[in-house]
Amino acid sequence: MGVSIRQGSRLPGVDAAPAVPPDRRRGELSPQAVGSGRLLRERFSAALITLVSALVGLLTLVVIAALFLRSLPILRQHPLPELVTGTVWKPLAGQFGFWPFILGTLWVTVLAMVIATPVCLLTAVYLAEYARPSTRALVRPLVDVLAGIPSVVYGLFGVLLIVPFLGDDLAPFAQRHWGFLPWLSPGEVSTGYCVLAGGIVLALMVAPVIIAVAEEVLESVPAGAREASLSLGATKWETVKHVSLRLALPGLVASVVLGFARAFGETMAVLMVVGNVAQSPRSLFDPAYPLPALIANNYGEMMSIPLYDSALLLAALMLLTVVLVFNLLAEAVVWARKRAGQ
Amino acid sequence: MSHIVVEGLSVRYNGQPALDNVSLEIPDRQITAVIGPSGCGKTTFLRCLNRLIDTMDQVRVSGRVLIDGADIFAPRANVISLRRKMGLLSQKPQVLPMSIYDNVAYGPRLHGVRRRRDLDGIVQRCLKMSSLWEEVHHRLRAPATGLSVGQQQRLCLARGLAVEPEALLCDEPTASLDPLSAQSVERLFVELKSRYTIVLVTHILRQAKRLADYVVFLYMGELVEHGPAERVFNNPRDERTRKYLEGVIS
Amino acid sequence: MRLRCAEELLFRALMVLSTIAVLSGLLLIIAVITVKGAGALSLDMITRLPTGGYYLGKEGGLLNAIVGSLLLGLGATACAALLAIPVALYLQHDYAGRRRWANLVRMSLDLLWGIPSIVYGAFGFTIMLYLGLRASLLGGIIALTLVELPIMARAMEEVLRMVSVELREASYSVGATRWETMRAVVVRQALPGLLTAILLAFGRGIGDAASVLFTAGYTDHLPRSLLDPVASLPLAVFFQLGTPFPEVQQRAYAAAFLLLALVLLVSVCSRLLTRRLSRHAVK
Ligand SMILES: Nc1ncnc2c1ncn2[C@@H]1O[C@H](COP(=O)(O)OP(=O)(O)OP(=O)(O)O)[C@@H](O)[C@H]1O
Ligand SMILES: [Mg+2]
Repeated sequence: MGVSIRQGSRLPGVDAAPAVPPDRRRGELSPQAVGSGRLLRERFSAALITLVSALVGLLTLVVIAALFLRSLPILRQHPLPELVTGTVWKPLAGQFGFWPFILGTLWVTVLAMVIATPVCLLTAVYLAEYARPSTRALVRPLVDVLAGIPSVVYGLFGVLLIVPFLGDDLAPFAQRHWGFLPWLSPGEVSTGYCVLAGGIVLALMVAPVIIAVAEEVLESVPAGAREASLSLGATKWETVKHVSLRLALPGLVASVVLGFARAFGETMAVLMVVGNVAQSPRSLFDPAYPLPALIANNYGEMMSIPLYDSALLLAALMLLTVVLVFNLLAEAVVWARKRAGQ
Repeated sequence: MSHIVVEGLSVRYNGQPALDNVSLEIPDRQITAVIGPSGCGKTTFLRCLNRLIDTMDQVRVSGRVLIDGADIFAPRANVISLRRKMGLLSQKPQVLPMSIYDNVAYGPRLHGVRRRRDLDGIVQRCLKMSSLWEEVHHRLRAPATGLSVGQQQRLCLARGLAVEPEALLCDEPTASLDPLSAQSVERLFVELKSRYTIVLVTHILRQAKRLADYVVFLYMGELVEHGPAERVFNNPRDERTRKYLEGVIS
Repeated sequence: MRLRCAEELLFRALMVLSTIAVLSGLLLIIAVITVKGAGALSLDMITRLPTGGYYLGKEGGLLNAIVGSLLLGLGATACAALLAIPVALYLQHDYAGRRRWANLVRMSLDLLWGIPSIVYGAFGFTIMLYLGLRASLLGGIIALTLVELPIMARAMEEVLRMVSVELREASYSVGATRWETMRAVVVRQALPGLLTAILLAFGRGIGDAASVLFTAGYTDHLPRSLLDPVASLPLAVFFQLGTPFPEVQQRAYAAAFLLLALVLLVSVCSRLLTRRLSRHAVK
């Protein structure tokens, strides 16, 4: 009964709890049957457990409500569309344009997913379908352990290795040879602190998450379906392509969506390598300034500027909303799938 | 027509023997029933014949299985064409996650049939052979999971027939079916045996008596007795076979 | 046929390459941090406070961050466990009489699990403002508790669920109450798993930087009360990396290495622990 990040997501088949018929639900004894001290303890513990759970159940709402209330001041002064599409960020002048930050977040996150998704899914397929059991037994705990590495460590790795490589080697190379590719040629001299560095670091960070979830989904594909395909003379890859991937699709989508949500809100690792310049990046070698970095760099300071902290909490609310929507989406995919399966 | 000869076949799971030195010849174009108590190695035997046993971890297979004179466990044997030759019908119907039509067309497509008209022909012919055509021809595009279990099993049969196998390996094919569906599947076997070698694993003695031309009795991984159905059923040579047939051991 | 085999080979090669790429990338991280960090590590580093300011002072070590991280991690893990255990119990069939409520709580946990830690940091800070607190050990513990709670509660729920219905019913059938059954049978049976869940959350909490950024602050000193600001290892990496002085950056490398070692150690320990303890559980 290992606890791992695999439990970080609810998957088809994984959480099939044995349903207990209500008449066999037990423990709610009549007072006569139990001594009063025991009954008291039972009642008290049940009440406590229910109370704590109710609080935790409400916590999500509390977080949303708190952020919403605190961002109301700025929403009262500026309509949301104006804030979202505004490109000028001058808190001192009362201008709060979030667009560069939103764009920065999207660039880094989407890039990370573009890098991570195919590689992680291929790895998951390899581990679930091809690898020898001994290899699997070695790699799987490794992936779990790696999922727990703190984000500053990823960030430091980026600063030490990826940023210098991009700034000193790849960017000059790209400038010389890829000038014709709009996204791939640095406009000016790149320091290496750029969108691409953030994307690579993030991709590495979400890889263990995606792999662990995707592998588990693939392993829950029934062996019979695979064998049916193999016995018709399909090759292993054909079986994977037509049967396993198809059956696992909702779960795989969920794994990628979860990875996306994780990447979207990731702060420190990105903050350390992405440059933090409030402009809309035009190529992979330009710096960006994602929303989480904006909050991390500025919140708690300069609280005297009017509306500033309200603006930052609005940024937090935006992050939260997107992440919640994506998590709900992942859940809906799995849930709809379960429905259809019944 | 393929001719199956098994020579000294042994299988071990994790070192535990599941089949021990089995040698026999399976007669062509007949129904061979493999019987024996639960856990005696029937499924294992069947999975050796199309090398599905390869998909399992920690198994060791030794001995030879000759199909048309060629050892299928030889290093250079072509597993894909072997599996194509040996159709499989499993205990629980395993429909693929696609439409009824695509289920049947799946195999032919893999093996290079592309033309629409050819595929249509194959699908129709195979569904007719498995007497499913009447029931499904108006909803070929519907997902196969919507069929009843009995229909699913016949669909699996049609799917197997579509790759033009030479033998059919059936592992308790009626075990999860209702009596009527089971009857229709049994009837199909009788029709099909003029064209295919059928190896039928079954738990139901009466089914074996109804269908089998040849009987193989396994007991704890050991081949105890094999021979023409009539002889084995009426006049078993081995004590264990007799006890099994009388229902003393099961 | 040729084509089909080629496709098979192509994808197999791609898969092997992907696996190697992912694993070597991740191992490279460990290697780089270890090489850089182990070189910067010394006895002074772990036994002395920084002198002359953590950002500029070139002397001294990381004791403030080490102690701070341990205090934050232990405090938050204890708080989170106090909350997570009741929630995990509630989600068992024995308590959640009405499944609908259980599902709502479960969904809330799922959503909490996905909330980025920077959001918890910002939320924690607004709560602190409301309570009139400044950046402090207490504030950091509150924020980290929020980060750890969903991780721990969900892991615990899974673990408790593995205790079989039969075992519970054996207890009920001798007249035990739910509370007695939970305490004497379910929790005891699931103990190794529960400890693993706690360690998992501790490892996650101790490495989290974004949530303690505003709530715990950073300081050169050891905290003397819950209301003092406190340093932490992740922030030690973050802040000290930003200085222009190589001597100070050394402290960042050492902090990253310590953090990594700590997290890996916790993770390996929890695995060994599970294996060791689960021998006593009824299978
Ligand atoms: N994957 C496996 N790993 C280990 N042992 C196995 C495995 N599959 C089967 N066995 C063992 O091999 C022996 C033969 O199994 P097999 O499935 O062939 O029996 P069977 O005759 O088909 O039984 P049944 O009638 O119940 O289907 C059994 O003792 C079984 O426990
Ligand atoms: Mg069997």
